[in-house]
Formats: sequence, structure tokens, C-alpha cells
Amino acid sequence: MNKTFSDEAVLEIDVQKQIGGLNVDVNITAKRGVTSLFGRSGAGKSSIINMVAGLSTPDAGQIKVLGETLFSSKLNINIPTHKRRIGYVFQDARLFPHMTVRKNLEYGTPRNVETNSDHNFSDICELLGLNDLLARRPYNLSGGERQRVAIGRALLSYPKLLLMDEPLASLDLQRKSEIMPFIERLSDQFGIAVIYVSHSVEEVVRLSDTIALISDGKAIAQGSLSDVMNRIDLSPYTGRHEAGAVLNATVLETNAANGLSTLSVSGHTLWVPQIDLQANAPLRIRIRARDVALALSAPIDTSILNMLPATVREIAAHDGPHCELALEITPTAPHALTTETPEILIARITRRSLEQMNLKVGTALYAMMKAVAIDRRSLGGLGHGPRS
Amino acid sequence: MNFALSPMELEALSLSLKVALWASFASLPLAIGAAWILARTRFWGHGLFNAALHLPLVVPPVVVGYVLLVSFSKHGIIGAWLFDVFGISFAFSWRGAAVAAAVMAFPLMVRAIRLSLETVDMGLEQAAGTLGASKIKIFSTITLPLILPGIVTGLILAFARALGEFGATITFVSNIPGETQTLPLALYTLIQSPGGEAQAERLALLAVGVALAALMASEVMARLVRRKIGGTPDE
Repeated sequence: MNKTFSDEAVLEIDVQKQIGGLNVDVNITAKRGVTSLFGRSGAGKSSIINMVAGLSTPDAGQIKVLGETLFSSKLNINIPTHKRRIGYVFQDARLFPHMTVRKNLEYGTPRNVETNSDHNFSDICELLGLNDLLARRPYNLSGGERQRVAIGRALLSYPKLLLMDEPLASLDLQRKSEIMPFIERLSDQFGIAVIYVSHSVEEVVRLSDTIALISDGKAIAQGSLSDVMNRIDLSPYTGRHEAGAVLNATVLETNAANGLSTLSVSGHTLWVPQIDLQANAPLRIRIRARDVALALSAPIDTSILNMLPATVREIAAHDGPHCELALEITPTAPHALTTETPEILIARITRRSLEQMNLKVGTALYAMMKAVAIDRRSLGGLGHGPRS
Repeated sequence: MNFALSPMELEALSLSLKVALWASFASLPLAIGAAWILARTRFWGHGLFNAALHLPLVVPPVVVGYVLLVSFSKHGIIGAWLFDVFGISFAFSWRGAAVAAAVMAFPLMVRAIRLSLETVDMGLEQAAGTLGASKIKIFSTITLPLILPGIVTGLILAFARALGEFGATITFVSNIPGETQTLPLALYTLIQSPGGEAQAERLALLAVGVALAALMASEVMARLVRRKIGGTPDE
């Protein structure tokens, strides 16, 4: 169930800029769908999209959107912000306080837009749930409402590309979960490419198709979400405590038993807390490395519900008492024929256990996870399957 | 006491209002420009520019009047040019009084507008840019409405200052009844003449009344503007 977008690059950016002590030097290509720039605060993520929007000027390099050069130090091109047609959703919404919500939404709409274009004012108000807010002013909107208006305002300027700079960072958990579904639907419904800046693993796993890992001004890895997130050599950058693997799963039974749902991963069954997706819906799950325990033989008489056979693919020992292992999940027999790339699981164990169990690359073992260890918030749907 | 205004009082009052209104409104665009330069740009000589703008606040008004007299008279540099090119003369006319009042009030107006410009979130202007607004559109649809409270305050301050202007006016355009004799100048004339105390009292009361009305008008305006641009509805 992958997206059927063309492989055409939406954004090509190759820029250098010195900002204080940070030397930003990145080369990123983004295709259709949602591309996340993921990294810690201060890594230079916002600086990068500010250059794309034209809010700051690179020292050197070039920026292309849909093949059009927006900036090139070689060709001496620097198109001003207002002519770039790049939408930008800021972390702090930045609604115009002296205008109603409706005026805010209409601010960027070009005069010559036909009302029957593929996404018009009423469609967007409908999607973002803005119809009841139109007459109000920004000061009496909640944080979540403001952010929805900001998203609508950016979309209604009919941009070629939408930049989102930590749009959920200043919201509480409840507001976050209120907005995430809207963002999930954006690129599907409007076919717009989104560059999503975030330092939150949950958001990135749930929303993005591809990801560029930004650290200290550099893009140290980029590719599909699971390719990057499942590389254990990158866990110091993705956050060691939060490190975990992203797996593709499908829903087997929503209401299996005892308030649990079942998922299928490489043919194996996983038990998770009940979810509200329909059977066969694809979804991504994230399993944190510290929630995975290993055993050399299948344990019996255990309270642990989820157990997957796997082989060790890679071992990374960092400083300290722990090490991380990348495991290839052994598919069930019928599945082995259809899966091209095995699902990866990451486990974090002590180095002492590693030695005592004598684990080597190729060792066959069992990975155990408590059902509850599957982070419910990271049960991100791919956004294309049927939804309840 | 007779409440009807005498012709002389009426003349002084209407002249004062005319001079003060011209002084404050005609210099408004310049004040916005100067405030913008001070708040948003940095260049060599920025400090000097700032100091020069504030000079009328600290220099004795008579000095300002003298400088105006020297430069705006028919033989002065600016005055000669203006007369040759446009046929306008400021010397000894109510227009000169308005210029004197405007110069004296200018720093107050610039200061008020600059302060409110500095509180405008430049992030909003950036956001407008990403929505396709040109610099001019950003200024007229975002910046200008947001500094409206500062503009209103600046106008009122300048108007009040212009209404009370004395030193620079009398030095520059003299004290000509019906032409340059504003309220303060008329009051001064009455105090100088024997037996004018009663009339002086009436004029003083009139001046207080006008100032009070201006202040109240400014309160109402400020509240309207604040409601219009939102933020805090009922402060």
C-alpha cells in the first residue's frame, strides 16, 4: 500500500550557510508525500526551510522546487519570498491579530483562482473544521484552532510546496492528536508535497514517508522512514533513549479478545491495545529498543504476549553498559515468498547479556515485547487504508 | 460672564485648530517614514539621525524659531527655493506657524510611532511574505494596521504639542492677529496689555477646554482602535 506518487523531485536543496557557530551544509532531495527533517533542537532544521521559503539567504548553493530554480549563487538567482509560492506553517501560527479567521484564510489567495479548482475555500474549511471559526478573531481561538487556521491559510495560497516548522510543538497532547489527522490527510487529499520539521519521533513516524536526519547542520542520513529509523548506527542521533524500529503491519482483528487488537508483522501475530482501524488496514508501528528483550530459545510459561523469531543482523556497542542489536524478523513460511525486505527490530540490552548469551551476527533468537510496550501514539496509519 | 466667544477669541481658536491639525496630519507620513528608519534599519549615522530628530525637544524653542526664520525667509536657502519653484512663502503666515508647530511636535510623533513599530511581531510580516504579499502589501495590510494605536497616540501628542506651541512660532512668524496669533500668542498679548486680565482668563479656560477635549477624544479613539485590531478586547 505505498503511495503511487511520481518519482519526480519536488524539492532539491544543496546549500551552505554559516549561522553563528552552526555551519549548515545540506543536500536534500524531497519527493511527493511528507518528508520530515528530523533532529534535535538547534540542529539547523528551521534554518534549512527558512532558506527554502526565502526568509534567509544561503551563503552558497542552489534551491529548486518542481524544477524551478528559486536560488542559485552561481546563476545569481534569488527569487523574493512573495514570488516563491512556498506555503509555511510556523510553530506559533502567526495569524494576523487584526483580521477575522476568514480574512486570515483569504489573505494569500491569488485573485485569479477559479472557484472550481481542486481545493477551494469551502473544501479546506470543511477538512480542517474551520466553518464555525470564520467570524472569530485569533485572540479567542485555542492553540489547536490557531494551528488549523494557519494550515488552511497556507493551503489557500495555493503553494507548490508546504513547509511546516514544528507545528505541534507548542500544543499539549490532546491538541496534537486533534491536528495530526489533518496533517496526515493533506498530502493525500491535495497532492501537495510537505516538508515537516520536527524533533518528535512520534510525529515523524506517524506522518512522514521519507525522512532526512539533521544533526549539527548536516543531513547525516536520508531515505524511507524505516530505512533511517532502523539503522542502529544512527541511534545516537535519533535519540538513544527513544531509539526504536519502525515496522509495517496490517490489522488482523480490531476486537480480538480481552480488549486487545491483533496485528500481522511478516506473518506473525502481535497483540496490542485496542485500536480503531478496520481489518486489513496498513499501519506503522514503532517498538522502542528498550522494550525488547531477547531469549535464545522460545520461553514457555511467560506473561509476555508478543514474541517474534529473528536473527541478529548487526551489533552496535556504544559507550556505556548497553549495546543495540538490529534483528531481522524471520517471516512465516507463506510470507517469506512475498516479502522482499525483511522487517527490522531493534533491541537494547546490556553488554553483559550480549557476552553471556554469546550473541553474534547470524545468531537465531526470540525477541519478546509486552503488548503494552507498543507505543500507542506511534500507531501511525499510512493514511491510505480504510478508516473507521 | 458672557459664554459666547468674542470675534478675537474665535479667530485665535480657529487659527490654533487649523495650525495644529495641519502640523500634525501633514507631518504624519514623514513621521512614519522616520520611525520606520529608526526602528527597522541600521546604518552608519543612525545615532546621529536619531539625535537630530530629537533636537527640537531639547533645544530652546526660540532657537528652533530662529533657525526656521533664517532658512525659510524669502532670502533663506529653503525659503528662496520654495518661493521660486512653488511661489509659496512661509514667513509671517499661518503656514509658517504650522511648520514651526510641526517641527516642535515631530519628535513626539516619531517616538510614539517608533515604539509601536518595535512591538510589531516581524514574524507576522514574514508570514505575509510567504503568503505572496509584496513589501508594499505587507506594509499596508499588516504593519500599518498594527501600528495604528501608535499613530493615533502620535497624532494626539503632536496635536496637543502644536496647540501649545509658543516660542518657535512667535520667533518665526511673529504675532499677527488673524494670521499667526494662535491661542497662546493671543493670551500672551492680553497679559501684556493693561486691563486684559479678564479676557486672558477666558482664553486660558478655552485652552484648557480644548486640551481636555483632545485628550478625551484620544481615549475614545485608542479604545476603538484596540478593539479593531483585537488582541485584548476589553482592557
